[in-house]
Amino acid sequence: MLGMSANSVSYNEQGSVESGVDAAQENRITTLLGWNEDLKEMLESNKESLKLEAMKRIVGVFHPKIKNLKKLVYVYLVRYAEEQQDLALLSISTFQRALKDPNQLIRASALRVLSSIRVPIIVPIMMLAIKEAATDLSPYVRKTAAHAIQKLYSLDPDQKEHLIEVIEKLLKDKSTLVAGSVVMAFEEVCPDRIDLIHKNYRKLCNLLVDVEEWGQVVIIHMLTRYARTQFVSPWREDAVFDENSAKAFYDSEEERRVDQSKPYIMDPDHRLLLRNTKPLLQSRNTAVVMAVSQLYWHLAPKHELSIITKSLVRLLRSHREVQYIVLQNIATMSIQRKGMFEPFMKSFYVRSTDATHIKTLKLEILTNLANEANISTILREFQTYVKSQDKAFAAATIQAIGCCATNISEVTDTCLNGLVLLLSNRDETVVAESVVVIKKLLQTQPSQHSDIIKHMAKLFDNITVPMARASILWLMGEYCEHVPKIAPDVLRKMAKTFTDEEDIVKLQIVNLAAKLYLTNSKQTKLLTQYILNLGKYDQNYDIRDRTRFIRQLIVPNEKSGALSKYARRILMAPKPAPVLQSAFKDRDRFQLGTLSHTLNSQASGYLELSDWPAVAPDQSVRNVEVVEPVRLPCIYLVFKDNVKNSESEENSDDSNKSSSSQSEKSSSESDSEKKKTLKNKKPQQQKLDSKDSTKLVLKGSYDAISSFPFSLECYKLMRVLMLLLLFCLTVSPVPVTTPKSSILSPNLLSDLQGLLISPTASALQVGVSPVFVPETSHELLHRMTGKGLSAQYRFTRQPCIYGNSMVSLQLTLSNSTDQALENIHISEKSSTGQNIHRFNAIERLEPQASVTVSMGVDFNDSTQAANFQLCTKEDEFSVSIQPAVGELLLPITMSEADFTKEQGKLVGMNESSATITMTPENVSSQSVNRKVVSVANLGVIPSGQENIYRFSGKTVSSGSLVLVSVVLKDPDAVITINTEKTVMGSMLLRQVKTALTNSGP
Amino acid sequence: MIHSLFLINNAGDLFLEKHWKSVISRSVCDYFFEAREKAVEPDNVPPVIRTPHHYLINIYREKIFFVSVIQTEVPPLFVIEFLHRVAETFQDYFGECSETTIKDNVVIVYELLEEMLDNGFPLATESNILKELIRPPTILRSMVNTITGSSNVGETLPTGQLSNIPWRRAGVKYTNNEAYFDVVEEIDAILDKSGTTVFAEIQGVIDACVKLSGMPDLTLSFMNPRLLDDVSFHPCVRYKRWESERVISFIPPDGNFQLMSYHISAQNLVAIPIYVKQNISFFETGSSGRLDITVGPKQTMGKTVECLVVTVHMPKVVLSANLSATQGTYNYDPVTKILLWDIGKLNPQKLPNLKGSLSLQSGAPKPEENPSLNIDLKIQQLAISGLKVNRLDMYGEKYKPFKGVKYVTKAGKFQVRT
Repeated sequence: MLGMSANSVSYNEQGSVESGVDAAQENRITTLLGWNEDLKEMLESNKESLKLEAMKRIVGVFHPKIKNLKKLVYVYLVRYAEEQQDLALLSISTFQRALKDPNQLIRASALRVLSSIRVPIIVPIMMLAIKEAATDLSPYVRKTAAHAIQKLYSLDPDQKEHLIEVIEKLLKDKSTLVAGSVVMAFEEVCPDRIDLIHKNYRKLCNLLVDVEEWGQVVIIHMLTRYARTQFVSPWREDAVFDENSAKAFYDSEEERRVDQSKPYIMDPDHRLLLRNTKPLLQSRNTAVVMAVSQLYWHLAPKHELSIITKSLVRLLRSHREVQYIVLQNIATMSIQRKGMFEPFMKSFYVRSTDATHIKTLKLEILTNLANEANISTILREFQTYVKSQDKAFAAATIQAIGCCATNISEVTDTCLNGLVLLLSNRDETVVAESVVVIKKLLQTQPSQHSDIIKHMAKLFDNITVPMARASILWLMGEYCEHVPKIAPDVLRKMAKTFTDEEDIVKLQIVNLAAKLYLTNSKQTKLLTQYILNLGKYDQNYDIRDRTRFIRQLIVPNEKSGALSKYARRILMAPKPAPVLQSAFKDRDRFQLGTLSHTLNSQASGYLELSDWPAVAPDQSVRNVEVVEPVRLPCIYLVFKDNVKNSESEENSDDSNKSSSSQSEKSSSESDSEKKKTLKNKKPQQQKLDSKDSTKLVLKGSYDAISSFPFSLECYKLMRVLMLLLLFCLTVSPVPVTTPKSSILSPNLLSDLQGLLISPTASALQVGVSPVFVPETSHELLHRMTGKGLSAQYRFTRQPCIYGNSMVSLQLTLSNSTDQALENIHISEKSSTGQNIHRFNAIERLEPQASVTVSMGVDFNDSTQAANFQLCTKEDEFSVSIQPAVGELLLPITMSEADFTKEQGKLVGMNESSATITMTPENVSSQSVNRKVVSVANLGVIPSGQENIYRFSGKTVSSGSLVLVSVVLKDPDAVITINTEKTVMGSMLLRQVKTALTNSGP
Repeated sequence: MIHSLFLINNAGDLFLEKHWKSVISRSVCDYFFEAREKAVEPDNVPPVIRTPHHYLINIYREKIFFVSVIQTEVPPLFVIEFLHRVAETFQDYFGECSETTIKDNVVIVYELLEEMLDNGFPLATESNILKELIRPPTILRSMVNTITGSSNVGETLPTGQLSNIPWRRAGVKYTNNEAYFDVVEEIDAILDKSGTTVFAEIQGVIDACVKLSGMPDLTLSFMNPRLLDDVSFHPCVRYKRWESERVISFIPPDGNFQLMSYHISAQNLVAIPIYVKQNISFFETGSSGRLDITVGPKQTMGKTVECLVVTVHMPKVVLSANLSATQGTYNYDPVTKILLWDIGKLNPQKLPNLKGSLSLQSGAPKPEENPSLNIDLKIQQLAISGLKVNRLDMYGEKYKPFKGVKYVTKAGKFQVRT
């Protein structure tokens, strides 16, 4: 948005639309996306002229790429939905309509946008839309539905129960496209509803390899949790596996089991999961590899774990950030199972170019991997690190050496000597760290190391780092009995410099003084008193406190009570040695690969991995009734939208991948599970799922979505935007000529009931022959452009024999050259979304001859032109058929009563009307009828009243009712059109109006 | 999952933000800036940062921080992998992924981000699909767009997303059908002072450029597949065939992609193509030091070593270098303390040598440790592991494609300790 606002150009300044045509594309888009305030104001203003102007402009913006319009509008809306809720609200009805678009991608993105509008008022609409999309024919739409579930849940958690129903339905889906998204929704909405997974467990395991990579990660994590609740532990508690023998993979599993006294038999479902996730270790996606690794770590028998090692080590080659996460996980694993990573020890060697946090992690792992056998190699490696220029890293290495020294007793002395050598290092941090580590080491076995303490005392003068000085002083005090001569001398030196020391050192000086006073009061009494006096007046109150406390404790006087008797026992109590342990020791409480593990604290939304159940729950819950697939008679079908793709998406069989996309038709089979649903719905389209089991995919009939009551104001806003979009979508190539009256007809502002779109009643009869068939034909291809081939088409107004949703066309082809044309046909690949039934290729067309053929085009109830290629043997001509709106109808008859009833249902938004002045010669009933039916393919309904004329029809593709009535009120006439296809309605209105106002035949 | 994304440049300017759910104030980045300041070097910024209400997962690439905001538990690698995918997509679209190109193409960037995630969950990350949705900018196209006023959004709706072969776009057509495979191997090695190998392994990738019409089904086989220790594949490769027959069978995406990457471990003996004789020393007095480096061929299998570059990260106290090279040019940058010696082609008869003195900051103590040398090299027509492609077969289409295989060996993380 930052860039947007900077680029944004006010459209007003650009002047009229016409001059804006050559504006840079950037500007165009930003203007579109950054829908500027002026335009908004104009749309909201009361003046009709302003509104009209605004619409004109928008049409102007969109005009060049009208096809992308929907997409662009969506992009805009998603971006600004939350910030400009009112504006977003305006568009909702458009999306509701787009949800029924024949193109699956439009449906999907409509749902995507609709669900992104975070306005609580539309929750019911979203809910309905999701429910409908979940039964959509297209898996892509169903996938979007799964995404929408999460969005709705975050908007309104009260919908949980309904959403779970949808999730349950979608979990049954067999498409790989859907699986990942629905499991994601499951994890977000109801991760505790394990019972929903049972029936789908095996299916998910089998689909896993074919799911897209991001879905795989989510599914694997979910299945890990599931498996931990359903299977018994494969880890035998009594036996400790010898890690080396675990690698002896030659003996098969069965043999191994026989060996065991108490055989453990893995649940076949448990095995299925392990087997099906294994190949994913080879994924290029690091997240998938990590997910599988953690699954094996948490679920696999210990001896099978080794297979994940290689893959994890491979990830170390990846980006810095990936390394960081993987190393963290390896660090946790390496504590529990050294053997896994030991062979790959060298992969954890540090490079000077690694980032500091990577270096530290590698060091951690090397320390964890150290054992008697490899410690010398590791220590040699550590020696190089100590010299590193990165001092923080060098310090960490010293810590690591300390760790190794305590863990492996054989090398303690070697390490200690090495560390002592480091004490003469020039770098302070190194020295300081060494002192601190030596201090910890000495605490474990102080008696044998008095010479080291002596050595440290000697170096004391050169050491300036406070922490190191404090550590040495502490050592002196603690083991003053081992170094009786040196300790008082150190104290003497310190008394001299006491005032210049850091606080931490001062405290230790006081400490040392007190301890020496107790053990060797003869030599140090005066020194101690001197130091205590200095401390008494120190600036730091900690030191003053400590001094007073010590004085009371060690110097007996009358006031001091019983405590001073125990002073020696208090100060010289034997202290336990510190435990040097890995920082990753306690991380195994978190599931590997999770954010919580990385942070070492529970992140919000973290789901605990449960312990293995002692007794496995019932296995049969996962059984799915396997029913022999019933073969249905093959049904050949034609798809509305892109046949190729919906074809191949269901087809997950590898071997078929290449060939399937070429076939256009497929047979359909069904299993009985799906057959039950079949009864409830009318199967419109069926297709083959070529996987092992078969299935019938039902296209959910697009029942009308009923709308919900809004406030009146909200409705007004909606109306404006809807009209606007309506405008953009329909008027595209035509200049803006709509009279104001039609846009702002008061009828549109009828009550909210109008939003209710009801399904068409059954009381009507279809299949009536047309009242009037116009003879006019339109030119498709002129003989000049067609190099002698000319083509004309006309609408026959008959129901199409090729498909119920097709408009029937008659094509007349004539050859005006003096040579015969051969092989005239329509090219296969050219259709632009519309489904076209081609005529059979014409082998040969003699010179000057002409031939008439018929074809069918499914216009999807829109006036968008159907483009295709008319081909001859030599040439290809691009042609297009632009239907008039009246041709997209089929006449129906009904009684007058039915008409009124239906009309009553289609009011409000679905009604458009206009008032015109009739020319006298048009007033007769005959001429009205003739004019209307010539414009549109409608049936005439016998009317009881003289001045009312009624016509009815239905749209060809969707079968929506279209009702036209003309009421004459001399000299005016009111034309009313009722249809849920508002776009068509308004266009039809315009045409009827033009027809009735024109005089002439 | 992924809530928001912020792009921040090296100077700490936030120059792009995108939210997939509700808007999160950019003040959340303050925690990042804090960590960034603490880390000094951009490389040292921890990838996962915790703030009171959010978690920030960031990657650093091409001098840009991609900072994503997370609200609930999510596998961190999931986010990191996705962010890298975003950066790769930018690179793919604009040629490079830099602040300037992102700012220049801000509209496409937003369009891409919108398509790549839905509600924070990845939607379309495959480059073939994205390119169908949003066409990448080219000079010609932006010219045409300026004149005709059209946009970059693809005219046809993408179809690949819906198919079972989501990585390949439909209706591919070429006049020249060709398939090229580059076997690129990188040697990762650490050599110690005396020249013995501390650690060495080979990382290989097979990059493919496949321009074939229709839906070709390819099978690639190797002469010696047993060599491969560990492999990872592009999603198009069928795992099962690899496991049973050790052949790579796949329907390729259109255009450039990485088919597989593999690993040849240290257990097998890795050939080290060059040796380095070096002597770097700093004197106790006089604030100076000496440097003498000679490079020679070792196991090159009869091929020439090219593009040889030696990089040395000098200690901070080194002020300048006065050296002479028998071959190539050297350059010492006193700000970054990097000595770069570009040798070029290695001539076995006359070994290149770099010799001279280093001057140190006066008064400062001499450096503890000698700097290690990083080597860069290239050997054409050789896969150092000995891997060889046997044959490439095509099924499913009738035409005869042109096939080609190229081998290159490079130095990966090749370090010589001194």
